[in-house]
Amino acid sequence: MPMAAAASTVKNGVNVEALIAAREALTATPVAAQFKWRAACEWKNGTHSHSTVEGFYGLGAEQHRKRTFKFDADHPEVFASEDKGATPVEYVLVGLASCLTAGVAAIAQHRNIQLRVVTATIEGDMDLQGILGIDSDVRNGFGGIKVSYKIDADAKREDLEALVAQSQKRSAVYDIVTNPTNVVVEVL
Amino acid sequence: MVIGAGHAGLAMSRCLTERSIDHVILERGEVANTWRTERWDSLRLLTPNWQGRLPGFADTGNDPDGYRTVPEVIRFIEDYAKAISAPVETNTAVTSVGSGGTGYLVRTDRGDWKCRAVVLASGACNSPRVPALASAVPSSVTCVAAQQYRNPGQLADGDVLVVGASASGTQIASEIQRSGRQVFLSVGEHIRAPRVYRGKDIQWWMDAAGVLDERYDGVDDVARARRVPSLQLAGTSDRSTLDLNALTDIGVTLVGRLAGIANGKAQFAGSLRNMCALSDLKMGRLLETIDAWAHATGVDTAVEPPHRPPPTRVENSPPLSLDLAVGGIKTIIWATGYRPDYAWLDVPVLDRKGMVRHDGGVVDLPGLYVMGLHFMRRRKSSLIDGAGDDARDLSNHLSSYLDGRILKTGQSSESDSSSGYQSEVA
Repeated sequence: MPMAAAASTVKNGVNVEALIAAREALTATPVAAQFKWRAACEWKNGTHSHSTVEGFYGLGAEQHRKRTFKFDADHPEVFASEDKGATPVEYVLVGLASCLTAGVAAIAQHRNIQLRVVTATIEGDMDLQGILGIDSDVRNGFGGIKVSYKIDADAKREDLEALVAQSQKRSAVYDIVTNPTNVVVEVL
Repeated sequence: MVIGAGHAGLAMSRCLTERSIDHVILERGEVANTWRTERWDSLRLLTPNWQGRLPGFADTGNDPDGYRTVPEVIRFIEDYAKAISAPVETNTAVTSVGSGGTGYLVRTDRGDWKCRAVVLASGACNSPRVPALASAVPSSVTCVAAQQYRNPGQLADGDVLVVGASASGTQIASEIQRSGRQVFLSVGEHIRAPRVYRGKDIQWWMDAAGVLDERYDGVDDVARARRVPSLQLAGTSDRSTLDLNALTDIGVTLVGRLAGIANGKAQFAGSLRNMCALSDLKMGRLLETIDAWAHATGVDTAVEPPHRPPPTRVENSPPLSLDLAVGGIKTIIWATGYRPDYAWLDVPVLDRKGMVRHDGGVVDLPGLYVMGLHFMRRRKSSLIDGAGDDARDLSNHLSSYLDGRILKTGQSSESDSSSGYQSEVA
């Protein structure tokens, strides 16, 4: 089956043509490819904070959304906190799972694979002896992260595995959690 | 029975002799063995000569403010052993220490000994503490632990990655960079300090202001204090400061803590800036403590005015990875710390990390003591200069134990205390 014909029948809700066009445009003007993603965080009380996400910079200009996204972060009651939101590390898990899943959908669209159901569960192991300063040999962050996909789609298992593998290869959050990043924290 | 004829074992010997307690020192090699076999050629002691005070002995040499070379340290410890007529059995390696009868059975490669009490003075730095990720280093790169490092001449041509930026790592990095090789220095937690502050050696200030005398039972978290890395110091002939800025000045490239090795690529944490900021802040607090003490005691007027070394310079985007498989790196030096080796200890006194459980050197098995560990009783416990006070305290406890006045450990009659960074030998 010719590819162009197949593409028209697969509907994963991803506008692959637009993505490919964007890629071509940004290849021609790399300066437009420079983005800055932003969030703002305000301490409320205890471990509770309230974060908002609205504008970002990209395509050579400040960009604004129609709405502001809001996120509460806190710690659960077993940490003597009030549990007013997911913990920050759970937001990292959300970020990784949603990034990989978006990638799965986009790549499936590009590869003419019709998805019906895609679910991911993600779990991070953490030894609290790290952040509590009990054992200096234990890192603060996750000891490991496991993501498990269940995919119902018109494709062979190998094709689905290839889909998930390519999604990791092109995922920003996967790169962020698997490779080091220089971080600057300043007090204004 | 004292195991180990370094400065700590000898100091204990002297205190036992003063109390007329019969004892023998077992030494696997010669007096000051570690100094003879496990130190690099250019090393000098990190503490000035005047700070070589041992019970019944004080030899500051011709230059009280200088720093002993390794041969000078060996001679110094030899002279001490002679001066106190220490009963040392050399070339006698302990193969096991176990409970036996009313005391201990010490087995050696030259016969067995029975004794009522044992002092472990075998050192805190017997084995390199090399991280597990070392196993992922490609075979094209030669790994050398700081303990095995002697001089740049033993290294292949090519770039060198030095992992660890405390006293050992910074000194080795400086020497190798000056040998014409490009050095990358992987920097994690470290404790920066100027060699000379307001005209006086930093050790003079810490000694005078009582910082070195701070006691283990007077600090908030002694476990944490004991983990703090050694001061980033060097014993240099010109008393210059060897900090990260000095290394950057001679061309060393600073990178973050070695976080992992994947597909032959070393990955460095993006936290270099924060590691340096933490260290600068910590140094600032130490100098503030010193200034406050100088002001309160009137020393102020006799020394130079306060000053602060410039902040550690960190480039905007330090490298996050180095390709070990195809890049220029030919050698990795692990200057990641040391740990004691107690493989021969057959008594249940080790914690799950293999460290002796003790309360200020009193091990939780009656009649067993340890010497020379970091911040064991005082901040200076691992220094030559700290052995005397610890040996006096512990020989007092040991004497009471032998007299039957102490049945359980942890009931020492004396007490005194402090926050963690001291080491003389990186």
